[in-house]
Amino acid sequence: MSFEEKNTWVFAFISVVGYPVYLVLLFSQLGGRPLAEADYVWPMLGTILGAIVVGILGGIVVGIVTGITAGKDASKADQRDKQIHRFGEQIGNSFIVIGGVGALILCFIAAPHFWIANLLYLCFVLAGILSSVAKLVAYRRGLHQW
Amino acid sequence: MVKPTRVTNRIRALRFAADEMTQADLAERIGVTRQTVIAIEQGRYSPSLEMAFQIARVFGVGLDDAFQFSDETEPEEKK
Repeated sequence: MSFEEKNTWVFAFISVVGYPVYLVLLFSQLGGRPLAEADYVWPMLGTILGAIVVGILGGIVVGIVTGITAGKDASKADQRDKQIHRFGEQIGNSFIVIGGVGALILCFIAAPHFWIANLLYLCFVLAGILSSVAKLVAYRRGLHQW
Repeated sequence: MVKPTRVTNRIRALRFAADEMTQADLAERIGVTRQTVIAIEQGRYSPSLEMAFQIARVFGVGLDDAFQFSDETEPEEKK
């Protein structure tokens, strides 16, 4: 398994685990208030920052392990890795667009900030999961350009 | 799912003919990871034209000797 594929697994794990962590943090401080009045900012910021930190640490650990087991050059991304990355991002971006359009519509109807922020965050998470799955499928099943 | 490629290759046979060159050696010579060489050999990745030429040049053969294009049409293309 290449360094980039391992990194994709780390990112997929963080995307899948991060959102439930946010929901737990959100609902644990709700205290009977309506959901739209929940203090979502710090749980969301905490989860996003936490995911970034865990992602960086995971990348460092994967890089060290790959460097030790497969040599220094194994940590480099080659042509195939770059193509798979582009392919995955292209697929994941569909949810970024859905999130953007959804947020725009919520702004038009003057929806509470809670729903706008949460729709955007959920779509970012879904985009991350979808792009990771697309990349892993491409690594496992193949990617053909001819 | 992923559409199978009609491009096949003889890289594995060419490696064995070239003093049993390892996948790692080939990967180093064309500047990719060993996983990419494995993916190409197994037909899970079609390299760029430039990489295909590089591979053929490593073995000192023509592009046609390293890569082949199947004449068989895909089932969905048959009418």
